[in-house]
Amino acid sequence: MDAAAPKPKENMGEPLPRIDARLKVTGQAHYPADLPTANIAYGALATSSIAKGRVTKLHLDDARAVPGLLDIVTYGDMDKFERPKFGNTGATSIGPLHDRTIFHDGQIIALAVAETFEAAEEAAQLIRADYEEEKPTASFDSPGTKTIPAAGKSPLFKEDVKAGDFEAAYAAAPVKIDQRYSTPTQHHNPIELFSTTAMWEGDRLIVHEPSQNVTGWKVELARQLKIDPARVRIVSPYIGGAFGSKGPMTTRTAIVAVAAKRLGRPVRCVTSRMQAFGTQTYRAETRHRIRIGAGKDGRITAFAHEGWEVTSRPDAYVVGGTSATGRMYDYGSVLTHVSLVQADRNTPGYMRSPPETPYVYALENAMDEMAVALGMDPVEFRRINEPKTEPIGKKPFSSRSLIQCYEQAADAFGWAKRDPKVGAMRDGDWLIGMGCATAIYPTAAAPCAARVRLTVDGGVRVQCSSHEIGTGVRTVAAQMAAERLGAGIDKVEVEMGDSSLPPAPVSGGSISTASVCSAVLKACDAIRTKLFAAATGEGSSLAGSHNEELDVRGGKIVAKSGASAKVEDVFKTMQVGAIEEYAEFAPKSATPQALKKLYAGQPEFHGGESDEESVKYAFGAEFVEVRVNSYTKEIRVPRIVGAFAAGRIMNTRTARSQLMGGMIWGIGQALHEATEVDRRYARYVNRDLQDYLVPVNADIKDLQVILVPEVDHAVNPAGVKGLGELGNVGTAAAVASAVYHATGKRIRDLPIRIEQLIT
Amino acid sequence: MRPFVYEQPTNISAAVALASRFTNSDDAPTRANAQFIAGATNLADYMKLGVAQPDRLVDLNRLAEPALRQIRITDDGIRFGALVRMGEAADNSEVKRRYPVVAGSLKLAASGQIRNMASLAGNVLQRTRCEYFRETSWPCNKRVPGSGCAAMEGFNRQHAVLGASDACIATYHGDFAQALIALDAVVHAEGSRGARKIPFAKLHRRPGDTPHIETDLAADEIITAIEVPAIPWARRSLYLKIRDRESYAFALASAAVALDLDGDKVREARIALGGVATVPWRARTAEQALQDKALDEASAKAAAEAAFADAEPRRDNAFKIELGKRTLVRALLETRDMKV
Ligand SMILES: Cc1cc2nc3c(=O)[nH]c(=O)nc-3n(C[C@H](O)[C@H](O)[C@H](O)COP(=O)(O)OP(=O)(O)OC[C@H]3O[C@@H](n4cnc5c(N)ncnc54)[C@H](O)[C@@H]3O)c2cc1C
Ligand code: SF4
Repeated sequence: MDAAAPKPKENMGEPLPRIDARLKVTGQAHYPADLPTANIAYGALATSSIAKGRVTKLHLDDARAVPGLLDIVTYGDMDKFERPKFGNTGATSIGPLHDRTIFHDGQIIALAVAETFEAAEEAAQLIRADYEEEKPTASFDSPGTKTIPAAGKSPLFKEDVKAGDFEAAYAAAPVKIDQRYSTPTQHHNPIELFSTTAMWEGDRLIVHEPSQNVTGWKVELARQLKIDPARVRIVSPYIGGAFGSKGPMTTRTAIVAVAAKRLGRPVRCVTSRMQAFGTQTYRAETRHRIRIGAGKDGRITAFAHEGWEVTSRPDAYVVGGTSATGRMYDYGSVLTHVSLVQADRNTPGYMRSPPETPYVYALENAMDEMAVALGMDPVEFRRINEPKTEPIGKKPFSSRSLIQCYEQAADAFGWAKRDPKVGAMRDGDWLIGMGCATAIYPTAAAPCAARVRLTVDGGVRVQCSSHEIGTGVRTVAAQMAAERLGAGIDKVEVEMGDSSLPPAPVSGGSISTASVCSAVLKACDAIRTKLFAAATGEGSSLAGSHNEELDVRGGKIVAKSGASAKVEDVFKTMQVGAIEEYAEFAPKSATPQALKKLYAGQPEFHGGESDEESVKYAFGAEFVEVRVNSYTKEIRVPRIVGAFAAGRIMNTRTARSQLMGGMIWGIGQALHEATEVDRRYARYVNRDLQDYLVPVNADIKDLQVILVPEVDHAVNPAGVKGLGELGNVGTAAAVASAVYHATGKRIRDLPIRIEQLIT
Repeated sequence: MRPFVYEQPTNISAAVALASRFTNSDDAPTRANAQFIAGATNLADYMKLGVAQPDRLVDLNRLAEPALRQIRITDDGIRFGALVRMGEAADNSEVKRRYPVVAGSLKLAASGQIRNMASLAGNVLQRTRCEYFRETSWPCNKRVPGSGCAAMEGFNRQHAVLGASDACIATYHGDFAQALIALDAVVHAEGSRGARKIPFAKLHRRPGDTPHIETDLAADEIITAIEVPAIPWARRSLYLKIRDRESYAFALASAAVALDLDGDKVREARIALGGVATVPWRARTAEQALQDKALDEASAKAAAEAAFADAEPRRDNAFKIELGKRTLVRALLETRDMKV
């Protein structure tokens, strides 16, 4: 076993390579825009160059004159359809072609459709608009913002959590800090560009588009086009980078579908990277004020977290990470408040660990500041404040292995060798700094359906509409079925990413492994029950055995006693060639409508802090070494260690890979990533990968992921806590703390760049 | 992307003839109807974005003259053919040995893939990466003369603090050019008015009132070679590049330094600064400040002060002045300490 395939420890599955790995590296996996399609036409978007105002006139003549142009879809052409809705299935309520109001920079003003991609692009570039322009509001501090409380504006953010009397406790605390932090706008830049391919077969619509939510989109697209959802199919077998960007459907999808209908031909529109900044969702910029009060012994008595987040004018997208930060430590008293700041911007949306990344960044940076104020080791400070129950609802944690994570990561990192004095560690001209931070992510699950078929030749077919967003869910679903049905992994086929399959929830909130595996488990167990019933019938070799004593292994049903029966023979007894089961899983706390909502594309999420008996989170600890050049102040991260505990690990290879990717992203959030907004015009400036920086290979040196064993039966039948979003929580705070340790400068505004250290 | 005609001439005079047939003699090369293309890593990119709009591309890659693809090393120095790829020049062992600053400037540029495509002449002529220049919906004097400059009062973190004008503050981002200007390289060009040699320091023009005129070249003039004179002491030279990430990023500040030392004393210093100026930037006042001085932190700092004495900050790029100075100090001390 090598680093990429960690040896499984207790409660961990084998590091099987992804079952679709070969397809992916040989180009056999067709991403939606790669799909060879006969008689296809190409669409290209034209977008606004102002952020606020009205389109008074569109000039289409030059575009129409482009050889090969087929059609232009623009104002008026969408009038007979419904406007989009903002929510889990829709990215925004702005219907860009439904009226001529411009709400943000880069808003769609037309779709040019042509025989070739080049002609479509040329035509789109030639579409010019006359505007009635108004002065737009860019962001925080710009004139014209409107600030409103966030609580209750989103079903995911019902209240500002609080406990005890913060003001009194804070006033009385002998040691305290009161600091402000901020995180910038960040845009999704998956290497797979955003695309829609729409085709009609009679009155049926098929859309090939990278999606994290095929069931939700089917229903929402049908609503917008005013057709029966049964006539819409969304297909998304492979997705090249999702992270929330392909969760809610954007307004492009319906426009392309309408174009395909008008033309009577399939239409494919691939959004340019620049256009994606205005037509897709993004991580909102946030600001934070944190106050912490503690006794001289380091015990926190008061914690307040206030957050401000930018959103669009029409839609109240809430980031809202106080639910997790407010429950992180044994605070005594807690006060939180989140506000939305409306500006002339496109509607933000989900990006990997949407609430936790910015909010935990602020909390953990503050925790380090507090440790410094107390003269205490930052790991020790967290240990002292480790809670028995969470401070808001006083519920226990279903499991919490944070201290084990800290211990194992600190050990592997060599934390004991750190000289706590600021600027004390040095290697020639390079200042060395070390910092650490906590990672947390709520563990949830949602209803999910799956169909599993076992055939007499031992083949297994798993069908579930969930989405292979790169996490390896297809592989772990196969592993679950292989394990329960005693089949070799090479005998298992998994079909996913198609709304005609049994419905799965949106692949967001790190719920997929738990939800999908729980449904697959249920279907497999139903098959086992049927097999066992037949195998234990009168006269058979296993007669009289109870189900609990039986297992399926290597094509045989085996009893504890050692007796066995060939599955093949059991099939004979049953006189069938295949057994197929359709299972629906719903979390324990699901409401009676939960399954109905699943089919309607509005799955309920359960877990996190919403369950009665306990709160459910996965935890981790990350340790970072930075080097800062004493002359030129560039910051490099030669070493990072993260230890994570997340219940049952289905596959140590794919788990490590997720956590590693998260940590790398976290380094990017700390040092590189930011969308620059031209504050005069509320327009994005660095809309490509030249200026929108993310880490490259050379930035990542020694990275270690430790999987800490943890058993948690309370979370879901599979015992799995999601970890897809855990890895990038906390990383930026660990980097900021390490930079402070190296330089004595506490940087509170991300990203941390040379200019903040040099002056 | 607009349609265009694509030509593949097979010798230099045919290429020049094509270019002069389809351009006016006073067209700036960047606005001419016919434009040359080599590795295409810069021009094709800008054509897709609608920033460059030539009707005709004259591809230089079929030109038969072998010298265009050769690196020739003689007692007089090194002569790089214009079509030599960046990667090949960076990996050439004699270039590395004789002119570490040249090899370093190439090695630290772009990515392996781009270095394998991009030509040396194309590299020298690469256009700015100013965000507002790259996106056609913004006013930009360089792209559309007289339309204004969106960067001046906008987001200008990457912009120049040296050599700017009221019309344009865009940075010249190339690395190789800094090594060339420091070493007094000479450019060989051939056009309809004949062949000529241009001192590298005269090749690029500061923006002034005409930021769209970027070089001294005529629209039908082809760079055929770049010559670096023999400078034995250039073995003590290096290129230091400071950027936001470890690789694949343009310089926030860089320094090309070559030193002729007599013990600690500076007989001659060559200094060029990248990432901070509108054109390749020779820092002659800094060179003079070091002349005959012992090179230590104090004299290096004095030279850096001299180099940036005329620097003008804008809203987001003020840090480049301090960073540029520190980059130069570090580069000078590291060059001094080189084992040669
Ligand atoms: C992502 C990215 C990162 C980069 N990073 C860096 C970096 O860190 N440092 C750096 O220095 N560069 C960097 N570059 C720029 C890159 O080095 C240039 O694009 C490349 O060197 C241009 O060479 P080319 O042959 O491809 O030029 P082309 O694109 O073919 O041409 C560029 C220009 O030169 C003209 N031209 C070309 N050859 C001749 C000739 N012989 N005579 C007359 N005119 C000619 C063309 O007409 C055109 O105007 C980067 C580029 C990219 C895309
Ligand atoms: S700085 Fe120069 S290139 Fe950039 S917008 Fe202004 S004029 Fe154009």
